[in-house]
This record gives sequence, structure tokens and C-alpha cells, in this order.
Amino acid sequence: MRVKFTVNGREQTADDVWEGESLLYVLRERMGLPGSKNACEQGECGSCTVRLDGVPVCSCLVAAGQVEGREVVTVEGLADFAQQRAEHGGCGAGVCGGKGTTLDEAKGWAAKPAGTGDSQTGEQVKLSPIQQAFIDAGAVQCGFCTPGLLVAADELLERNTQPSDADIREALSGNLCRCTGYEKILDAVRLAAARGESETAGTGA
Amino acid sequence: MDFLRPASWEEALAAKAEHPTAVPIAGGTDVMVEINFDHRRPEYLMDLNRIGDLREWETGADTVRLGASVPYTQIMENLRAELPGLALASHTVASPQIRNRGGVGGNLGTASPAGDAHPALLASGGEIEVESVRGRRMIPIDEFYLGVKRNAMEQDELIRAVHLPKATGPQQFSKVGTRNAMVIAVCAFGIALHPETKTVRTGIGSAAPTPVRAKEAETFLAAALEEGGHWESGAPIPVSVAKQFAQLASGACNPIDDVRGSAKYRRHAVGIMARRTLGWVWESYRGDGRTAQGGAQCA
Amino acid sequence: MAGVTRTPTNLTQGSTTPAGIGASTLRPDGTLKVTGEFAYSSDMWHEDMLWGFTLRSTVAHAEIRSIDTSEALAQAGVYAVLTYDDLPTAVKNYGLEIQDTPVLANGRVRHHGEPVALVAADHPETARRAAAKIKIVYAELPVVTDEASATAEDAPLLHPGRKDHHAGHVPHPNIVHRQPIVRGNADEAAKRADVIVTGEYDFGMQDQAFLGPESGLAVPAEDGGVDLYVATQWLHSDLRQIAPVLGLPPEKVRMTLSGVGGAFGGREDLSMQIHGCLLALRTGKPVKIVYNRFESFFGHVHRHPAKLWYEHGATKDGKLTHLKCRIVLDGGAYASASPAVVGNASSLAVGPYVVDDVDIEAIALYTNNPPCGAMRGFGAVQACFAYEAQMDKLAKALGMDPVELRQRNAMEQGTLLPTGQVVDSPAPVAELLRRVKAMPLPPENQWETTEGADVRALPGGLSNTTHGEGVVRGIGYAVGIKNVGFSEGFDDYSTARVRMEVINGEPVATVHTAMAEVGQGGVTVHAQIARTELGVQQVTIHPADTQVGSAGSTSASRQTYVTGGAVKNSCEAVREQVLQKGRLKFGTYHPAWATAELLLEGGKVVTDGGEVLADIVDVLGEESVEVELEWRHRPTEAFDLETGQGNGHVQYSFAAHRAVVEVDTELGLVKVIELACAQDVGKALNPLSVVGQIQGGTTQGLGVAVMEEIIVDPKTAKVRNPSFTDYLIPTILDTPTIPVDVLELADEHAPYGLRGIGEAPTLSSTPAVLSAIRAATGLALTKTPVRPEHLTGT
Repeated sequence: MRVKFTVNGREQTADDVWEGESLLYVLRERMGLPGSKNACEQGECGSCTVRLDGVPVCSCLVAAGQVEGREVVTVEGLADFAQQRAEHGGCGAGVCGGKGTTLDEAKGWAAKPAGTGDSQTGEQVKLSPIQQAFIDAGAVQCGFCTPGLLVAADELLERNTQPSDADIREALSGNLCRCTGYEKILDAVRLAAARGESETAGTGA
Repeated sequence: MDFLRPASWEEALAAKAEHPTAVPIAGGTDVMVEINFDHRRPEYLMDLNRIGDLREWETGADTVRLGASVPYTQIMENLRAELPGLALASHTVASPQIRNRGGVGGNLGTASPAGDAHPALLASGGEIEVESVRGRRMIPIDEFYLGVKRNAMEQDELIRAVHLPKATGPQQFSKVGTRNAMVIAVCAFGIALHPETKTVRTGIGSAAPTPVRAKEAETFLAAALEEGGHWESGAPIPVSVAKQFAQLASGACNPIDDVRGSAKYRRHAVGIMARRTLGWVWESYRGDGRTAQGGAQCA
Repeated sequence: MAGVTRTPTNLTQGSTTPAGIGASTLRPDGTLKVTGEFAYSSDMWHEDMLWGFTLRSTVAHAEIRSIDTSEALAQAGVYAVLTYDDLPTAVKNYGLEIQDTPVLANGRVRHHGEPVALVAADHPETARRAAAKIKIVYAELPVVTDEASATAEDAPLLHPGRKDHHAGHVPHPNIVHRQPIVRGNADEAAKRADVIVTGEYDFGMQDQAFLGPESGLAVPAEDGGVDLYVATQWLHSDLRQIAPVLGLPPEKVRMTLSGVGGAFGGREDLSMQIHGCLLALRTGKPVKIVYNRFESFFGHVHRHPAKLWYEHGATKDGKLTHLKCRIVLDGGAYASASPAVVGNASSLAVGPYVVDDVDIEAIALYTNNPPCGAMRGFGAVQACFAYEAQMDKLAKALGMDPVELRQRNAMEQGTLLPTGQVVDSPAPVAELLRRVKAMPLPPENQWETTEGADVRALPGGLSNTTHGEGVVRGIGYAVGIKNVGFSEGFDDYSTARVRMEVINGEPVATVHTAMAEVGQGGVTVHAQIARTELGVQQVTIHPADTQVGSAGSTSASRQTYVTGGAVKNSCEAVREQVLQKGRLKFGTYHPAWATAELLLEGGKVVTDGGEVLADIVDVLGEESVEVELEWRHRPTEAFDLETGQGNGHVQYSFAAHRAVVEVDTELGLVKVIELACAQDVGKALNPLSVVGQIQGGTTQGLGVAVMEEIIVDPKTAKVRNPSFTDYLIPTILDTPTIPVDVLELADEHAPYGLRGIGEAPTLSSTPAVLSAIRAATGLALTKTPVRPEHLTGT
């Protein structure tokens, strides 16, 4: 069958899709977007998390045919998505509130100094705040869980700009990581939240 | 495999009548795992996501009509006052991502004894609205579960909604898993106080071939509360009564040993959960008498 | 390679801030990984590629009476179906140490999930449907699943007529390897003991559960060879096993490491490598194979489950008198790393304690259970679980504080081990315990809020099982010892090719090794070493492949030590050549070129006094300097087969944990509140990565303490929970805060004084959690994982 939907703002069409294929398979194998990862294919790890019409879902559990005409954001489009959200103001559609992490707490590690970067592996690459925070906090090891975690964490911060640790843990409880022990993932989300706050404070908003 | 995309409920019913083996897919939680792992190759997959009506709920004077595909996230965020037990159960379903897509219709359609919604539905009481081109019928929840992954639906029927009474008393839900999140129930227990009828209803998950009520426990407790004038006085439930209630709840189980837990443990844990959840709902009932919330903040 | 999308790329990282060794330099692959651009092995894609699928046995032990592939081959879209009969050469087995594993089953399957046939087709579903049409007739055989059944007189032999180098010294052909360690006289010493404690312990079968499933792409080449993109831990070890089966010279099997989604030992053995190549060579088309999670549970070896019998004695002042122990490891159907696991389990069975009189025996069995092999900390993990339980038991019997008992017996630099080896670098066992004990304790009842109980902070979590009822706190300690590097006389070396040249007016170093980056951060550290040694800012890490010499395995906590050492060594050689060029070019201008100790710093040649002699750019000009050198750590010796004596290990690694748990004692549910760790790392080359490794290793230990176990039916030897639904690993809600105290006591024998760090935290984490649960419940708890049934007597 043919499936047509919007991915990261662009209309995409896939032909000859087998009806049993998942959205994950179509993204990875038919649309050249393998950023969403195939770690369990049973909704138990969150590595394939994408936004489907804005809502974080496991793309392995979405039948390709169900996506017809809908909008998908993957990790590949996360930076653009975050930028557009920032340009359209404030904390997005969600609630701005809750208990937060202080900037000092969040900066308890050596954050990447401004102006440094990877010459071929990132300097020119535009990153969303949560992507940058994952790099800076050491939240990436093998990186296989990272795309799904980024999509989930970005959506959390959209809803709740100052999440408590318990909020972060709950929001990310559907994303397994086998390398990090999650501590630096928590650090990364705290860091992104703190940077978001300092940015807001800086502009007087 | 063919993929059917009915745009309306009527189209879905017609498609299901034409292809009774068509497997409805909404949240995909069960169906896609079976397809991904090659456990199932349905001839037809029928997408229900295009039927907006299934994702809506209506709150009436006494009941809530909950569309079969209303995601668990919506239930836990929007229906905590009306359906507190189901809202608590919804919060224990799998992961945030799954809760964003899965709904009660999927639990009912699969009718696995481990479905998290079942104990809350049984404790609440209510009816399942199913329909086919032959017509619509309401199946009382107590008559819905027939066997392991078997329910009272005909092959050409689809689940449209569940009709649940708005809570008139506190409700609780508790589930044992061997992980603190994203876990299938080893066993689960739901309880609802119905002060207007001076009754108590319960539901047990994963501890029998189907979700079951602990009817003896309910009857015993209702009698004890009545006899002691507890509904009126709000007096604490005697320890002996709570203990007996827990034992009867354990006794209602007919569990098996499997990789998730032993039968003996399931019986034991259902008893503990019965005692604790009874304590929570009664505490809540006494506290302000008539709120529908349990004692805990279950974020 | 034309046609392949997403081949691994160079990682080039510049820096304007200090980014040499000791700095928390950020990962050079970080940006690729957070944008979804990093090329993992399952992301490989080729225009006209086929999909490979592996048909696996549905029974654990059977003769294959017949295989009929005709119907499968007749399916549209199917390009090849291969069985044992299609293997192209006389080499039909592979294996890490013992070549006992059939590429495809040869008339017999020995475990559930063994590969029997391969299919290549134009779509994964076509391949699966075709595989379902392969008709296999099995005649089931009785299974052996434990020591009693495997070593019974009439036990079916897993590998009759085996001729491997352990076959001669084992007491039964179903024992892979046996290693005793005997020193002093344990029976005599036992007479001096005031207290003797014994225990029998069970360690469950743990899975590595790396998130990136086994996968790769094999592309047939015009020269008759094959290019293989794959996730592995050791390219050259794979190559050594693959090429003979294909009948190709090694240079015609060109391997490139693709992105590895975690490894933890599970990628030491081959999975899809030979299968993918066979299908590609047969069909003449690129073939991609990606296991799903179900298949992954059958596609790699697991951690050996073990039964351990321990007897410790002590005088009443708490000095250990003796140790007797017997460790039985279940290796499953094929040998994999079993011999090395036996070596570690026996030689480290004593733990980080001084015991002069020991009688130790460890064996690994052949059974029909799933094959077991390498996983983080192997051998030492199982032993640590048992000896630390024994320490708690002994402390209780002596009425002594368990930490103090451990400290009184703690080994230190200079200690003579039961193998006769002297510990010749710092061994701060007592200090690590002191540090971890001194950390502040987490506050009580953190779940209490003004709005009621926050269930997320309680046992049971979101499942809402308790609001504080039945919850009891417990605190427990453990410490462990792990060897670093390949031991027992193995020629453990690595190779590094380092080039230095001027690009765009800037000196640039390129580091090319075959080191498998599996997430640990080797690529980060290699760039740091090059910066420190060569005074450059910009470093390019070349993709790992087989076009450079072997780097050895990314395992045994060895990679930073050995390949890090190789990179340092090659950098030093490059530096010497650069300086030599400088002396020739500029030596006449300044006497210091001939007399001073010279360094490369900040892009310049400087004296050790800090005087600048030249820019590296001017020294090199248009020329480049490149060397490729092998580097070895100090040699080790095999253990004597009867006494276990020998300088078997090169370095030891130590970590200590304190676990704080809250247990719902009625429901038997556990919430780990905090898992503090103190570890000596010798020298932290990258402190951020060091802490990340410790926290990750700690969490894997936590997993096996309370939830992780592959459950094998003892009657059928079939795996009952091969999925992430029923094989549970910790979520972020199961994982506590993990404060880490890093100690840096240099090992003078190691590069920069570093100590291998990856495994030690996985050892002590598990027994610390168990100890804390024991403290909370008063139960003996001799089995891991602890299940609610164990805590509730159900």
C-alpha cells in the first residue's frame, strides 16, 4: 500500500508498504530516517519514540497505515522543531510550573564552554537545548537509547519547564538505557531546564 | 494482509461485518507486538484511529461514556474525579508513550487477565457498548470476561465505549509488578466504595484465567459495614474485618505459576493489596466522607 | 563503499580548551548520536540489499532427521536458503577459544534457539514467511541442565570426542574446564577458627540486554571477497573466525565497525557475521541482518548462572583463617568464554581479602541450556555475590560490624594472593570501604509530601502498592576485586596507527585503531591522549576496521589500558620522529635541540623548561609522520592446572558500594534509595566518562540483584522469557541516585597510572543491594535476583 504523511515538516510518501510494517520500519528503511531506534519492537524500551501529531509514542507500535495524513517528528527533526517552538514563544502548549532544579545544581558539572565545538562532527550543526544538554552532561554513551530519550525529554520540558526529579523520572520511565545508570540523563534534563530558565530570565520574560 | 481504514464508525461496522476476522487496531499495544514478533498474521488490519468519536468522552449526570480509544493519559489527567479507580489504573499502564495511545477498548478486546483496566472496571461496575451492523448492545462488565483472552463479543462486533457510573465514593487501584514502572501486572486489585447502595465492589487482575471480582469478600465487607453502622458513623474498620476481607480476596484468586510470579505469591499479594486499598478508601471516606479520591498523591 | 548509506565516518574534534588527559572532554561522536545521524549497524542500508533471516531450533536438544527447504526456496522474493550442507569449506565451526559452535546445526541442535537455516529475501516479511516453510524433523533427545544431570555416568555428551586443550584434564567430558586454586592447608587452618560459616548461593542467568540488537550488512565485493559492517567488540577476533568458514583469505574479508548499541560482553562471540557473509556471497547481493529483541535473546551468550558453596572461618577477633569453596558455572551448550570465566571465578574467589589457606575449585559445565560466556565482570561477579554474603554472615556470627570485618581482612599492596601472585600496585580496599561508609546517608521517608505519599519514591512505584505500609529501610555494604585485561598468559596487545600532518595551517593528529567503541568513550580518550602527547588541538579518529592491526577486545576493563597504551606509545614514536625532523631542520639554531628534554605543546616544540623552539607546522611543513605499533602490557602466566599457582593477572580493580534500600516487607517489593560507590581508578583520563562507567556498571549490578534473570525451564531447557516484557531491566524509576567517590592512586606499571574501571562497579553493586535487603528483612537471601516470593515466603 502507499502511505503518505508529514515527517519533520516535509511530506513523505512510501510505496509498496507491507501492511504489517510499523511506522518505525517505514521511517528507518523507506524514508532514510534511521535515527529512531529499533531496540525492542514491543513498546518496552522507548528507543523508537517519535511525536505523532505532537504526542510521544512508540513508533514500533504504530502500524504504518495508521499514520496516513498525520504529522511525525523524529529525532532528526528535533532541533528544527525546538527552534520553531522557541520562535513561537514561551513554554509551548504545556504548563509552565512545578518544582524546579536550581541553576547551580544543574551546573554541577563542567558544561561545554561557549565557542568550542566539533569541527566536523557538530560545530555547524544546530542542536535543540536538550540535545546540547545530553552531550554536555555526558548522558550519551552507546547512544542507542538517546534519540527516544531526547524526544521524550523535549516533550517533558515543553509541558513542564521546571520539572522536579520525580517528574523527570516519571516522564522518562518508558525509556530504557543500559549504559548510563540514568544519572547523567537526569543531569542533562536538569541542565536543559536550568538553561531554559536562565535564558528566560536573561530576556526579562 | 490488507489494511482497512474506515473513516467512520458505520464504515468500521460494515467492514467488520464483511471481514469478521479483521483485527481492529487502535493503540497498537497488543496487535503490533504480535505482528512484530511474528505471532500473528491477520488477514485484515482495521485502523480505528480515524474514528474521532472513539477518542471522546461525555460526562453525564450519573455516568461517564468513555470512548474505547480515549488514551489512558487522558483518563488519568481528565477523569480523576469521575473515575478515580480507572484513573489510578491508567497511570500504571506500561509507559507514558503507551498511555498516550492505548485505551480501555484495547484491554477489553484482548481480555488478557493482566490488562490493567479490568480490576478498576469490575470495581466500578458498568457496561460495555458493543455494536455490529446487526445492532448495538450493552454488555455488563460482570458478564464480559469469559475465559483466558476470551470475551463476550461476537466476531462482527466492535467496542465503541464503556459506560461507567461516576464515582460516588472513594476508589483505589494497586498493582504488583517486579519493576517500579513499565511492568505487566503480577497481580492487581481494584476496590470501589458505593456509599449510595452501601456496597463495595472489587476487581482482581492476573490472578485467575479472567479478571474476577472477589464477590464473597464484597458481600462480607458490605455486611460488616452495615452491621457496624460504619457507613453512617465513619468509624474505623476493625482489624479483624479487614483481615477477613483480605483473606476472602485471596480466596477469590485462582492463579497459576508463571515467569512473572508464583500462584502462592499472587494469592498472598492480592490479600495484602485488598487490605491496604480498603484502608485507603475507608480513610478517604472517613476523612471527608464523600470525596472520590484515595489517600495518596499519585502524581 | 559505493552504494552503502551511513558508513562510519571520521570523528574530528577540535578544541580551544584543555582537552588532554584528565579533562572531561566531551564525546567526539556526541553530536552524531544526539541528532540520529550516527551510523549504527542496524542503520546500514544498500539500494538493492536483501534481508537475511535465521531459522532457529524450537527445541533444546534433538537430532535433526531432515531439513526440506524446497518450499521456502520456491517463494517469490527468496534468493537463497542455506543449511549446514551449503557451508563452502571444511571449517564449519567457530568459537572464541574452542571451535565447538556450528555455523549452522549439523544434524543436531544442542540448545533452544540454535541457528539451523538462513534465508535471504527482498523483504524481512518474505524472509520470515519463507523460513516458516522450511520443514525440519527433530527427534528430541534428553536434556542435561545442571551438574548432576550433566556429569551423570550415562549423561548424553554435548561434544563427544572433543579434542580441545581442556579435554585432557577435566573430570568429565561435559565439564568445559576445571581450575583448582590450592594454597596452604585449609583443613588445618580451619582448626584455628573460632567461627565457621558456610553457605550455598545461586546466581541467576543475566542478559547483557544491550539496546542495539545484533545486526550488520555484508556486501559482496568484485574481488570475490566481502565487506562487512557490523557491531562487535573485537574485529580481528571475528575476522579470525569468519574467514576460514568462508574460505577467504583474511584480507578479503574487510570489516568495519559500525555503531555499536552497547555490548557488555554480549558481542564477544559471533552472531550474524558469518551468516550475513554467506548469504551475500551466495546471492551476490548485499545482505542486511537485524535481530529483533526476541531473537537477540537467542543471538548472544549470557552471564553464567552459578552455584557457589563457600566456607569461611575466622578467629574471634575477625581474622579470616581459611576459605573453602566450589563454584559451578553453567556454560550451556557451547564453550564461548567459559574457560576464562572459570579462571576468573577461581582466582578471584577469595575476594579482596587476605586468606593464606584456601581450597578453591571452579568448573564450567556443558549443558543444553543457552550458551553462556562474557558479560561485564565475568566469573568475578558470581564469586563476589557469594563471598560478600559470607562476610555479612560471618560478621553476624562474630557480632562484629560488617565493614570492620572486611577492613580487618582487606588486601593491600604487597598482599600475596592465593595464586601466589603479589599485588604490586595500590589496593585501597579498606579505604574504599571507609569512604563509601563516610558518605552522608539519604534522608528517611523521602516519599512523604504535604499532599500524601508520592508513590514514585516508594517500593512498587507507580503501581501504587504502598503508601508507607510495611516499608523498612536497610543498609548494606560490599566490595569486590576484578582483574583487568586478558589473563593467564594470553598475548594481550593492541595496535595503534598515528599520523601527524599539517592541514589548513594547523597540526592535526589522526588516530586509527581497531578499537571497538561500544559506548565506553574510547574515541574520546584516544583523542585526549593524542592531544597530550602531540601538543595538537585537532584530532581525527579514523573508523575502526581491519585495515589496521588488532586492538584486542573491548572487554575485561582493558581497552583504555591496552589500546590507550598503544595510542600513547605510537604518539610517543610520532613525537620522536617529529623532534628528529626538528633537530635536522632547526638544530643548528638553538643548542636546546640537542641538549634539552623536548615536548610538543600547544602546537609548538618546547623544552621541558618551557622555552619554545619551533612551531610544529614549520617542523612538518608538507611532510607527515605516521607509525603503526603494537603495544603489550606485562606478560601474565597460565595458572597451574592442579594448584592454580601463577602470576595470572596483570592488574586488579576495586570498587565498594553502600546500598540503601526500602523494602515493602509484606509484598516483597524493593526500592533502592541510593547506591553509593567508591572506586580507585588509578588515573581518571576522562572524569565525566569514569563516573558514567561507574554509574552504568552499578545499575547493571542492581538489575541482577532485584529483577533480571533469564528463566530456563529445567525440564525442557527452553527459555521462557525472551523479551523485554518479561526480562526486566531497571528503568529510571528503579535506579537510585548513585553518588561516586573516585580515588586516583596510580599504578606505576600502567599508562598514566590508570586502572581499568568498567567492570568493578558491577561486582559489588549486587551484593551490596542484597546485604541491604537482608538488613531490612532479616532473611538469609542466597539467590539472585531476589524475587518477591523470596521475601514473602511464597
